[in-house]
Amino acid sequence: MGIGTYILVSIVKILIAVMVLLTAVAYTVWLERKVVGHMQNRWGPTRVGPFGLLQPLADGLKFIFKEDLTPPYVHRPLYMLAPIIAVTTALTSIAVIPVGPWITLGSISTPLQITDVNIGLLIILGITSVGVYGVALAGWSSNSKYSMLGGLRASAQMISYEVALGLSLIGVLIYTGSFSLSDIVNQQAGTWFGFIPKWNIFQGQFVGFFIYIMAAYAETNRIPFDLPEAETELVAGYHTEYSSMKFAMFFMAEYANMVTVACLASVLFLGGWSGPVFGPPLLQSLLPVCWFALRVFAFLFLYIWVRGTLPRFRYDQLMAFGWKFLLPLAIANIVVTSLVVAIK
Amino acid sequence: MLALILFFIFAALCVGGAINLLVQKHPINSALSLIVVMGSLALIYLLLGAEFVAAVQVIVYAGAVMVLFVFVIMLLNAGEEERLPHGSRVATMLGVPALIIGLGIAAAVVSHLTGLDRIAIGGPTVMNGADVFGNPQAIGRLLFRDYLLPFEVTSILILVAIMGAVVLARREED
Repeated sequence: MGIGTYILVSIVKILIAVMVLLTAVAYTVWLERKVVGHMQNRWGPTRVGPFGLLQPLADGLKFIFKEDLTPPYVHRPLYMLAPIIAVTTALTSIAVIPVGPWITLGSISTPLQITDVNIGLLIILGITSVGVYGVALAGWSSNSKYSMLGGLRASAQMISYEVALGLSLIGVLIYTGSFSLSDIVNQQAGTWFGFIPKWNIFQGQFVGFFIYIMAAYAETNRIPFDLPEAETELVAGYHTEYSSMKFAMFFMAEYANMVTVACLASVLFLGGWSGPVFGPPLLQSLLPVCWFALRVFAFLFLYIWVRGTLPRFRYDQLMAFGWKFLLPLAIANIVVTSLVVAIK
Repeated sequence: MLALILFFIFAALCVGGAINLLVQKHPINSALSLIVVMGSLALIYLLLGAEFVAAVQVIVYAGAVMVLFVFVIMLLNAGEEERLPHGSRVATMLGVPALIIGLGIAAAVVSHLTGLDRIAIGGPTVMNGADVFGNPQAIGRLLFRDYLLPFEVTSILILVAIMGAVVLARREED
């Protein structure tokens, strides 16, 4: 494949990935309103389109047409920069997520992921750790007490849970011996006795998966750990002073992060795109993507389910849970996994 | 060639960030400049083929350490620093370029004497035949086989430092 074709294929893949991600973000919002609505014996959005399906579009238009207010006394350059950091980092990490195996179209053969780098997992962790600045700077630069408290809470929470999140993945890395996400998926292919799939969650990484989910909820500021935007005490937390598209950028960033976390969970613990493949060649190359999407959808549904079920933690409970429970558990998981691998 | 162009872009970004770090009056702007320096250093590591070091540089320095810096600045609500009146303007105008030229000459001499200027920029450097320098496997082998004792000693040193910090911070409670 020549360099020209390579660049062209890459651009096409980037465009498709961004479009799919943004659509997924919009419809995750719709799904959340619908599912939480039904859980609370309401209908959720019904007016715009069948089943309220055009509601995300209406929301987007409304955000665009709202007046973009910049409050006086904000620290202007950083106030502008914060939503950009948040949304850029949230959209970038999708670049290393593999959604399927290699496909061949005519003479072009390409993996179904924007780029397959051998430190893929580290890149996602790095981008996530930089994403904290969006929230922290938004809180600081708004020059408002509520935003400030929200920003402080968010940065403390994200630093604390990043440790547990990183350590929870080491078990998987010990099994696989590679940071490359497509290697991790390929290693999970196959079954035991013909029906138990060899996913990492069934390979003894159940504890790792549990720690990952908990830490991921805290990293994405979702209930039960949504203290940075606890509306009963902080108005809206770090984005209190933001309006119009700048607010929408924070909103997009939050949901894009949820989608990324769901993709990563599927890749690391649930076998990525593995699943039964049959039928004509076209169906064979599309089915893995469907299996992958199904896992991501299940994970997002779990997110919403938890939101509809659990109350919010207190802040000291959040910190104690992260440092005194999840962190020792993650370290114990690493020790046990290393022992198992060493004995094998 | 492309690697060389990218190197000069990131090197300029790095030096620019470092100068901005000193010039800025507000501590949070200085902290953000330091993040730019860390990030461009990571990209230079990447150009040298050390992708693991680059990722760790971003995760540890640009991510964790600098978030703590920003956190402390936010918590203390540090304002703009007050500057003493400047000295002679002529001295600044002549002194800064002179310092830069002097440092440049010193760097050129040192890199020539130590042979650093013969290291190629861009592309993974091959060490010991097949071992690619800078990938996770090679670094793991270095840390946990060749330099195991220094690595463990450093870990214990850091642990002692952490415990010292905890003890110092808790002393008032007794």
